[in-house]
Amino acid sequence: MSERILSVLVEDKPGVLARISSTISRRGFNINSLSVGPTNIEGRSKMTIVTELESVEQVKKQLNKLINVIKIVELDPANTIESEVLLMKVSINKDSQTSVIEKANLSGAKSVDVGQDYAVFELTGTSKELKKFENLLKPYGIIEMIRGGRIAIQSNL
Amino acid sequence: MKNELLTGAELVVRGLEHLEVSTIFGVPGGAILPAYDPLYDSPIRHILARHEQGSGHMAEGYAQATGELGVVIATSGPGATNLITSLNNALMDSTPLLAITGQVATEAIGNDAFQEAFTVGLTMAATKHNYLITKASEIPQVLLEAKHIATTGRPGPVLVDIPKDILNEKAEWIEPKLLDLPGYKPTLEANPKMIQQAVDLIKESKKPLLYVGGGIIHSKANIELFDLAKKFNIPVVTTLMGRGAFPDGDDLCLGMPGMHGNYTATTSIQNSDLLIAIGVRFDDRVTANPNFFAQNAKVIHADIDPAEIGKVRDAEVPIVGDAKSVIKGIIEKLGDAELETSDWIQEINTMKEEYPLNYKQEDKGPLKVPYVLEELQKMSDEDSIVVSGVGQHQMWISQHWKFTKPNTWLNSGGLGTMGYSLPAAIGAKAAFPDKQVLALDGDGCFQMTCQELITASTENIPLKIVVFNNGNHGMVRQWQKIFYNNRFSASELTHHTPDYVKLAEAMGAVGLRMEQKSDVKDVFQKMLEINDKPVLVDCVVDPDDMVFPMVPAGGSNDVIILSEEDLKKL
Ligand SMILES: Cc1ncc(C[n+]2csc(CCOP(=O)(O)OP(=O)(O)O)c2C)c(N)n1
Ligand SMILES: [Mg+2]
Repeated sequence: MSERILSVLVEDKPGVLARISSTISRRGFNINSLSVGPTNIEGRSKMTIVTELESVEQVKKQLNKLINVIKIVELDPANTIESEVLLMKVSINKDSQTSVIEKANLSGAKSVDVGQDYAVFELTGTSKELKKFENLLKPYGIIEMIRGGRIAIQSNL
Repeated sequence: MKNELLTGAELVVRGLEHLEVSTIFGVPGGAILPAYDPLYDSPIRHILARHEQGSGHMAEGYAQATGELGVVIATSGPGATNLITSLNNALMDSTPLLAITGQVATEAIGNDAFQEAFTVGLTMAATKHNYLITKASEIPQVLLEAKHIATTGRPGPVLVDIPKDILNEKAEWIEPKLLDLPGYKPTLEANPKMIQQAVDLIKESKKPLLYVGGGIIHSKANIELFDLAKKFNIPVVTTLMGRGAFPDGDDLCLGMPGMHGNYTATTSIQNSDLLIAIGVRFDDRVTANPNFFAQNAKVIHADIDPAEIGKVRDAEVPIVGDAKSVIKGIIEKLGDAELETSDWIQEINTMKEEYPLNYKQEDKGPLKVPYVLEELQKMSDEDSIVVSGVGQHQMWISQHWKFTKPNTWLNSGGLGTMGYSLPAAIGAKAAFPDKQVLALDGDGCFQMTCQELITASTENIPLKIVVFNNGNHGMVRQWQKIFYNNRFSASELTHHTPDYVKLAEAMGAVGLRMEQKSDVKDVFQKMLEINDKPVLVDCVVDPDDMVFPMVPAGGSNDVIILSEEDLKKL
């Protein structure tokens, strides 16, 4: 499994996300992650799409055919800065409280909400780091978890 | 001074006039009604179809015969949903189409209003692009953009959905100008480096073969193609969509390859050492199992749509560009090169002699479609436009009709849409009232859109229709014979119902019938003499005939079934 990350600049028009997802499902592409948000340019959004090596050429070409897609850059894996945010609600009790919070802090997560029997953590990192964090806290009982989708940017060479 | 204010509806009609649209096809209804009012005073000819699918195919036929934009207009909800088949058909066959649909009022959108359908969503995957208008002032600009997108690059259908309140809203007419579309910049000129690489391969090749399709016709590159083939002695296969791109009857023309292609065309691809593929997409009806397709050949693949290159088959030389510029570039760079292709052509000619297309018409036996076609071609005009349905008859026409000019063969290749023939032929005849237009249809296909016969007679569109009446969904029956042990589940139609002659008469056309060999000349004579009304010929043919050659779906093009006898090989 070899992943490829695409950075897709699109016109911020109604339906553009639907067009992209329609193309992806119609063509049967495998997509590992997709995220979208505004950019510093007025009227332009950026999507980060993570797909597999064997479909990346067709994904690029088919998405490029969409009129609202302006530019697609395949990021060079060696020079890519990648990040994703995770929110996790973990159950805690008197016995586990200290060790859960300690483990979270050591992993670089922020506790954003702590209640009687739960704590919510926020962690930003690569998808690998997020997975590791998930595995770390799994034994304590994850009540709910959500990940924001991977975003990536190319560093200057 | 401010320009006078027009309604959105008036902007639509003015916008179409500004795009020099002369004929449109459609069916009115509530949401689009405002646009029909100014249309009443416009010089644009509106042809009232009897079903929106028909109106869409009419616009397609118009576009495919002329090589220009076809325009169709429909109402919201069921009008738009009925149109979808033709939009998808146009998408698959790269036909430039502009569809304008009415939509419920902006405020009502999303509330399941009467005749509301999510047209933009429903047609997203059936169009090249689509728009939902939010202000009347956008209309002229969007129509211009829509035409630009539909007719340039790889052509295709574009839909513009306009809510009813916007059709009534007033705005100024501002002369639209083609602005930069940041996400739409088709590559037309091929990269000269790629052309050079192609030429290097061509010079080395002992067995080059031009594999060409609809792209040649869209690009109007048939003259250049002819020059390339003739100057350097390169044989040519023309796909179903490319029939007419290179003249049948020329020594170098091998005709159609693939599932029902002729032996020589299919086998030449298998034996070639270099496929020069231009404006084709390695469709499964051509390649069969792609793993066994042209295994000995290197591939030069030129297409205006980069997504086609490498989609099915990797190309040694990928070229993105318009077919005409690619071919011109290749001719120029080949210069005075002389290709040694005479052994290759000899090999091909031997195949042609050994494996001609054949059929047998007995004097007293049932009529065979290929025989009828050959007789009809002898009697009809050289530049007549032939429009087919989908099924056995379509394959026989493609095999046996000699096409010598582009845009004279109209059919539904990619989507395989039954019901395409009659309305598409009406569109072609509306574009070329002085040309002979022949709708050569199957009985099953005809029954899908036969109400458009009324459109033809009331709109004074005197085309000719031949219904190949084998009393069956013949192609389905053929598969049932081969793959389902002669179990003819739901493929029988009967020869007698409807009575096509009476049906034609009821619809204001002339109805004729032929049933045996001795009828053929006389009936066609009559058909060709009547030019003030549509004429329909009920051509009763063998119900049990099969189309050969045949390569079963997913098989290898090395194993071609040539006759019923050969089926035992399977
Ligand atoms: C709209 C649509 N429905 C179903 C099919 C499947 N189909 C392909 S060919 C065929 C039979 C066509 O019958 P007819 O028009 O009589 O042509 P023939 O094969 O008999 O020449 C059918 C049902 C199709 N291509 N299109
Ligand atoms: Mg039939």
